[in-house]
Amino acid sequence: MSVDLIDIQKNIREALRDLPLRTAVWKATEHSLKKREGVVGEVANWEELRTLAHQIRKFTIDHLAQYLQEFERSATANGMKVHWAQDANESVSIVRTILQQHNAKHIVKSKSMTTEEIHLNALLEKDGYSVVETDLGEYIVQLAGEMPSHITAPALHKSREAIAELLTKKFHEPVPSDPALIASIVRRRLRDLFLSADAGISGVNFAVAETGTLCIVENEGNARFTITLPHVHIAIMGIDKVIPRMADLALFLKLLPRSATGQRMTSYVSLISSPRQTNDPDGPEEIHIIILDNGRSSLLSDSSLRQVLYCIRCGACLNTCPVYRQIGGHAYGWVYQGPIGGMLAPVMLGFNTTPLHPYLSSLCGACAEICPVKIDIHHVLLYERSLVVAQRRTSRIERIILKVWAWLMSGRWRYAFSTRIAQLLSTIFGKGAKVYLPVWGQTRDFPPAAKKTFHQLYRKVRETSGQ
Amino acid sequence: MTASLFIPCLVDLFFPETGIATVKVLERLGVRVIYPSEQTCCGQPAFNTGYRREATRLAVRFVRIFRDAEYIVAPSGSCVSMVKMFPELDIPASLHEDAAHVSSHIYELSEFLVNVLKTEDVGAAFPHTVTYHESCHLRRELGVIDEPRRLLKHVRGLSLVEMENADLCCGFGGTFAVKFPLLSTAMGEQKVRSITAANVEYVTAGDSGCLLQIGGLLSRHGIRTQPIHIAEILSSD
Repeated sequence: MSVDLIDIQKNIREALRDLPLRTAVWKATEHSLKKREGVVGEVANWEELRTLAHQIRKFTIDHLAQYLQEFERSATANGMKVHWAQDANESVSIVRTILQQHNAKHIVKSKSMTTEEIHLNALLEKDGYSVVETDLGEYIVQLAGEMPSHITAPALHKSREAIAELLTKKFHEPVPSDPALIASIVRRRLRDLFLSADAGISGVNFAVAETGTLCIVENEGNARFTITLPHVHIAIMGIDKVIPRMADLALFLKLLPRSATGQRMTSYVSLISSPRQTNDPDGPEEIHIIILDNGRSSLLSDSSLRQVLYCIRCGACLNTCPVYRQIGGHAYGWVYQGPIGGMLAPVMLGFNTTPLHPYLSSLCGACAEICPVKIDIHHVLLYERSLVVAQRRTSRIERIILKVWAWLMSGRWRYAFSTRIAQLLSTIFGKGAKVYLPVWGQTRDFPPAAKKTFHQLYRKVRETSGQ
Repeated sequence: MTASLFIPCLVDLFFPETGIATVKVLERLGVRVIYPSEQTCCGQPAFNTGYRREATRLAVRFVRIFRDAEYIVAPSGSCVSMVKMFPELDIPASLHEDAAHVSSHIYELSEFLVNVLKTEDVGAAFPHTVTYHESCHLRRELGVIDEPRRLLKHVRGLSLVEMENADLCCGFGGTFAVKFPLLSTAMGEQKVRSITAANVEYVTAGDSGCLLQIGGLLSRHGIRTQPIHIAEILSSD
């Protein structure tokens, strides 16, 4: 996928100026974290479950080809059709072909980050298809013409007042800023669309290799409508979604909703193993599964990056990330945000277009601490930074500063000399940190350099302590 | 028992009193302190910015200086966690053993006091209200969470007030603070709000980087709460 350089600095400046956005993001993430803490606290062996989940994910990804083939065999034996797509273009043309075969024009969709990743809606709409998102949050961002700003809560950046205002404008009828009323108004509109849709497109949360089963979790019932009402169901999944056995699903269903939305279990958990059977009263006649690579396999080949594929897309790392919590998701400039977005961006979009994404972290490690599958997120970002430097994608001035600095620091007298210079500058400029430290001093004071460094003082300490 | 002192460059140049306090606490508890004077920096700024070659150069230097130490103690969770990363760097094979020794024998001050010296009461007195900020690397790289609090609770006259979100990053992050100055400031201001709400005389932490950030914002906003390194509280009497 070719994209232009994402101007992170500009995005950050804009986000920081947007106070309603920041308030909405802070409140929503605080709420999610509190809810999560409550339900995680109930699970006595939470840490053991994280370790187990990490091990299962590691084992699966280490044997990915084997489990994907097993999944294909089981799903095919169950009567579902499996397609393989190397990139976004391939996956979209597979979708097009299926839709043409069924002469499908009206499509309902349930929430799926993978379809966001391949820009499915925009491409299908360009071809004249009508595509409607049916998850409330996704529906809202679709109406607003925006991207989701959070993996599990797409409209998290919008206050309820802003949502009511948007819907009032789009529906030409007054919509109150009450979440329950908003949901019921939207639900009414979506019912007709579900009943008349020709095809349903969904993502996949887990694909069980052993049984050829797709698992989809959701809270609104819209995904269940999407995958059961239309004649054809197309499910799009990354190659990383496979898990070995049905028994493993129990573990991941314990971890995912708790981490994502602070729920013990989502309102709906759909397990789909086959299209409509002879005696079934309903269900789609055809189910197509598109297994998408789109850059994921390049993570496999690097042992330091491979663990990124363990991710189950819960979004907890976004909720806890102090960077995400200040700027929200749109600042990341693409489909995945927060720490997971920072890790994926250079791999999926290229280091040339997203060289700053791995730097969008203070390396505080809150992400790794909360991750239900124990991905060492901030260390992955750190490793990606070394790749950015190795590819010479940092600025020339930064390279020079760090090289000179390393040279000064690698000799006792050079170091002593540089501390003297700093002391001198500090004396000359006094409290004028704004002048000699513009990037620091605009918003923060800077302490003066000590008159005597610890090196210089140490001898004195020895004298007073009599040694 | 002998502890070799590692004084991070930030402490050396801007907060030497933190280094002096560290010496005082250790000596008060009967530890012989030595200070290898050829030391400079652990290399973290380079490492965290992706410059592994430059970081390795400084790591090699550090290992050579400290390889014979019985214990290495530093008043910084962040620098200690950097030294613990040394074995992952491309260090010459002849130094692998030394690097492993150095990274397994380095301790942050509060960790050293509580877990090695088994001391929670260091005989300090500090009759003030204090809130404790959890430095990220101390908490998440070293797993040191309770040790500083246990030490503070034994300080005579000190009243420890927990702030909300004590473990939320202050936004310093080394070169992060200058790469994204406004973002870093926004994160710091969030922290300052928690500190202000705790309504205390002092905010303490185990890392001078955090205190540089927090102190710079407190002072810019004219807030009276003072930043102070935990070593200075523990050395006061």
